[in-house]
Amino acid sequence: MTEATTTQSMPSDAVADLPTGWQLGGRTFRSRLIIGSGKYDSPETMVRCLEASGAEVITVAVRRVKLDASDEASLLHYLDPDKVLILPNTAGCYSADDAIRVARLGRAAGLSDFIKLEVIGDERTLYPDVEGLVAATRTLVDEGFTVLPYTNDDVVIARRLEEAGAAAVMPLASPIGSGLGVTNPLNIQFILEAVSVPVIVDAGVGTASDAAVAMELGVDGILMNTAIATADDPVLMATAMRHAVEAGRLAFEAGRMPRRQWASASSPTEGRVGD
Amino acid sequence: MSNPTVANNTVEIVVNGEPRLVADGATVEMFLTAHEIDPDTVVVEANGVILPRDRFGVTALSAGDTLEVVHFVGGG
Repeated sequence: MTEATTTQSMPSDAVADLPTGWQLGGRTFRSRLIIGSGKYDSPETMVRCLEASGAEVITVAVRRVKLDASDEASLLHYLDPDKVLILPNTAGCYSADDAIRVARLGRAAGLSDFIKLEVIGDERTLYPDVEGLVAATRTLVDEGFTVLPYTNDDVVIARRLEEAGAAAVMPLASPIGSGLGVTNPLNIQFILEAVSVPVIVDAGVGTASDAAVAMELGVDGILMNTAIATADDPVLMATAMRHAVEAGRLAFEAGRMPRRQWASASSPTEGRVGD
Repeated sequence: MSNPTVANNTVEIVVNGEPRLVADGATVEMFLTAHEIDPDTVVVEANGVILPRDRFGVTALSAGDTLEVVHFVGGG
């Protein structure tokens, strides 16, 4: 026996092997994970999770300044717009008009034309009012916004949003903040087949496997907030989500083996000892 | 809204849904500064129209004006 003289070096960082980038609203991103900035116990934890997640886009809400509590700092004190795309949302809007107004306020901050559009239609499920959503998308696209609408997992509405000029469609995996994962993968697949704009699963992911399942369907990205922010260790979960999104994407691109009913031995059936 | 004038009396305006007293003729920027709000981190809608930031210092408040002063907070 002698020691092998040559060794094949393994890639030290599988992330480096990821295909380079994807397009959203005319911009190129490497990370396919978009995170929200809500529900964190402190802005410092939020920033650490952003770093751990590798996300290049983070959502924020537009809210009234509390006039008598001015120590409440704007999130702009914690986020560097040169390093991360700050994506305002219209969360909490229950009509197209309200959402359009909030979108305009968000854009007036002067950071970008991107808006995560939400028009909520039901308080308990936080399901979208799709009629208002399509109408608001049309108006905001006309005004030059890059509109990323949060929508239900309905292929017909997804197609309408694309026709209205949405830069992506963002179907829910399950209700916002529920952590139930992808409850209807078939519907996500229908949407993937039907539209040519990016499909981003927005809401419902609870843990890393949920994110991997969604990515394996072939969606372009995932937007999540609660799964990271309310984990026992948010920074660790942000790291897990980064890996899950990357693993799910790699698995999708690798192309999974077909499912089959019966076993198929991995070792040769010939040359067994004792045959 | 009007051009800035010398402030000599107080008028009522509505800011973020609540009545506020300000010196007549005070500018939007003066109002923000008085409330320790950094004008660079907020967006202001004045009487339903978004006010460009470079107008904060030259837009004077008058009785009955309505302001929305908003900023970015955590959200998903």
